[in-house]
Amino acid sequence: MIVPAWNEEGAVGETVGALRELHPGIEVLVVDDGSSDRTGDEAEGAGALVARLPYNLGVGGAMRAGYRYAIRHGYDAGVQVDADGQHDPAFLTKLVDGLQDSDVVIGARFAGEGEYRVGLLRGIAMRLLAGTLSRLTGQRLTDVTSGFRAANRRAMTVFAAHYPAEYLGDTVESLVIAHRSGCRITQVPVVMRPRTVGQPSQSPVRAALYLCRAVVALSLALVRPWPTSLEHSAPEHE
Amino acid sequence: MTANHILGILGSLITFAALFELMRRRRLREKYAVLWVTVSVGLVLIALVPALLPALADLVGVEVPTNLLFFVASVVLMLVSMQHSYELGRLEEETRTLAEEVALLRLDLDERGSQSRPQPD
Repeated sequence: MIVPAWNEEGAVGETVGALRELHPGIEVLVVDDGSSDRTGDEAEGAGALVARLPYNLGVGGAMRAGYRYAIRHGYDAGVQVDADGQHDPAFLTKLVDGLQDSDVVIGARFAGEGEYRVGLLRGIAMRLLAGTLSRLTGQRLTDVTSGFRAANRRAMTVFAAHYPAEYLGDTVESLVIAHRSGCRITQVPVVMRPRTVGQPSQSPVRAALYLCRAVVALSLALVRPWPTSLEHSAPEHE
Repeated sequence: MTANHILGILGSLITFAALFELMRRRRLREKYAVLWVTVSVGLVLIALVPALLPALADLVGVEVPTNLLFFVASVVLMLVSMQHSYELGRLEEETRTLAEEVALLRLDLDERGSQSRPQPD
């Protein structure tokens, strides 16, 4: 279980606590992404392993560190869970079960479970991203920006070597990379809870900006060359 | 010799000296040195031999000689800044990798240090 967290001291303890309670046999690694608050201490107090990045790298950097940890310590699967409590740990088993016939499983909204309201522009951006990736992978993907996803060892090996730190790279581009490396990507419908702490960004200007950046990030992801086989991934050794 | 002429020679010589000094003090890496030596020698030559620029402009078919200078200068500047963007991106990627490694090493150290926590696997 990999939890990227940046200044989430209000939520990370509860998130880790819920994970440990529901799945006591699973190790929780919180990657503290250069937080200036007590995120790391809160997570440690709740019983997680904490890797502290010296400065903020973004979700991509935190996740690559997490996948590297998982590969080096011989874990067979890694699940990304956001620290803010949006992701219900009850769905964890569903995600990991999905790994039986695919390499990456996304816990997706808009897939039948739960109701979500998104603004017009943000909705367009999300549909555009989801549609493009669905066509690319040949799988129906409805929520490609979801930060709730499981990866098996094969996919983790790819991610440990190539996990973009750029905007939207951690979600959209990473899926393109996984697909190009021959990973099978599927999704599982999940219900996401509203954030416990913090405000989601909803202003129309931000949504428009999001749409533009999504288009740029997506086009870049599609034209960038990425390793087409696992052999190119950097060898990991302890 | 006009004032313009003297100004040009002085300016190009100062540029040349400054670059040379930077390289001598190892503040400029060798890979950039070639570029800057070429640029500054070119500047000194153009300042010392006033007939050079019009002759070059004539050769490539540029009507106003200074326009050739401006054009070449802007192309050189653009290439340099592209190179810098590239280097910056590469450095960011390298520091990112280091930061991740540091975090994992620290975690490893903590784990080894605390006996109370069971080791994974």
